[in-house]
Amino acid sequence: MTARAGVVVVGGGQAGHSVVSALRGAGHDGPVTVLADERHLPYQRPPLSKKAHTDPDGIQVALVPESFYRERDIELRLGDRVAALDTAAQAVVTESGTRVPYDHLVLATGARNRALPVPGADVPGVHALRSLDDAVAIGKALGTAGNVVVVGGGFIGLELAQVAAAVGAQVTVVELAGRLLSRAVSPQLQEHLRQRHERGGVRILTGTAVRAIEGTGRVERVVTDREVLTADLVVYGIGAAPRDELAREAGLAVDDGVIVDEQLCSITDARISAVGDCARHPHPHAAGLVRLESVQNATDQGTLVGRRIAGSPAPYRSLPWFWSDQGAVKLQIAGLRTDTDEVLVVPGDSPERLAAYSFRAGRLVAVETLNWPAEHLAARRLLERTAPVFRSDLTGSTLGALARARRSVEVRT
Amino acid sequence: MPTVIFQLPDGTQRKVTAESGTALMRAAVSNGVDGIVAECGGNASCATCHVYVDEQYTERVGPPTDVEEEMLDFTAAERRPTSRLSCQVPLSDALDGLVVHVPEEQV
Repeated sequence: MTARAGVVVVGGGQAGHSVVSALRGAGHDGPVTVLADERHLPYQRPPLSKKAHTDPDGIQVALVPESFYRERDIELRLGDRVAALDTAAQAVVTESGTRVPYDHLVLATGARNRALPVPGADVPGVHALRSLDDAVAIGKALGTAGNVVVVGGGFIGLELAQVAAAVGAQVTVVELAGRLLSRAVSPQLQEHLRQRHERGGVRILTGTAVRAIEGTGRVERVVTDREVLTADLVVYGIGAAPRDELAREAGLAVDDGVIVDEQLCSITDARISAVGDCARHPHPHAAGLVRLESVQNATDQGTLVGRRIAGSPAPYRSLPWFWSDQGAVKLQIAGLRTDTDEVLVVPGDSPERLAAYSFRAGRLVAVETLNWPAEHLAARRLLERTAPVFRSDLTGSTLGALARARRSVEVRT
Repeated sequence: MPTVIFQLPDGTQRKVTAESGTALMRAAVSNGVDGIVAECGGNASCATCHVYVDEQYTERVGPPTDVEEEMLDFTAAERRPTSRLSCQVPLSDALDGLVVHVPEEQV
């Protein structure tokens, strides 16, 4: 390769796409290359767990068409995994043996699913969901599955449980912890969501450990410490770990994610940034470093780094937000719930609506809503501003009402 | 196939065509129209695909859905009477030639 070095992005997911999109959007005209291990054009992952997919090309989930990259002179190299970083020579080396030099390297390698640590996890008919190919394999299996066992009562598991129920399967969710979404949402919502899933015909077994998966040639049973479940499809979602091994092997600071500063630069090498699921970063809403797995985080971090490389640096301060569609339930979260000490549950203006406001020392820091997107947006607008919202501001008032009131004050002054 | 014109904040415009039934947001994103973010992928969850429908077309496009109506109060750019979330606007031959204005900010 004789081309001059430029920006090289490792990873073609939401975060990597956001980097190159922001670079060109900000007028950066140097060489830009994306190296991705999957063969698909960068695509959205959220829809993969929210409906059954059967299109192997993923036209519906592509972030942008191929012409987007061509028109912006962004080189996409798909299907060639990066094998190593040579930080001394400022180059990456791919599995096919190609060396790609860089002036600035962005790691957007994402996360990988934790493996299911039980005998039989490799029996055909047992799937995890991460990629479009995984989603299509699950979508095809759902076409004939009668009994589906979902291992893991987290976001992915609960979304897939509803997808399976919607196509008529008998669905059982097996969760090791005593509650669904035990670390992700407030306890009040955990119980509420459980009831909604059960009313929708999904069987929920919490506090239950999977011991083994059995079947001759294909999955037939899931053995738990309570009972044996018939299954012709098993899907598991038991968390993910950052893909930070390239950084670790290259000697960068890594601790469950590539450690970066507030501008998302590696603390070891200022020519390397990390964004999205693989980055562990400071955040004004958190006491220590955090690693966030969300579309918001991938998009905002990728955009921030793209703009920085194009000449407009800024610290990362975006308000975290998240959503999960579980059948008819749309759960949305704004802010970070860590270290909160009080939760106020507020009913909405219709039975399917609910909000939970979480406080830290009397100050509102996170808001969960069910089927109430306007309240979620109001929460985001309020939490993004510097003026704090206190517990005492919220007696008998929704955030929607408060946001409208505060905005009218701002307009007047 | 209906044609849509996106009038961008910098004064330029982008003309795209899409099949009937395609959401206006999807037509923008698929053609790389800047300024339509659509972080949630079209679920009426994020209000980052906000557009102002040109006044000539507001009647044909119709009013916002109920959920959208509430969300439009909290868009990043100011709400106007012509505001819609483009993920909630399906294109059709009746909307051929539609002109929409993309706001300055979405996030």
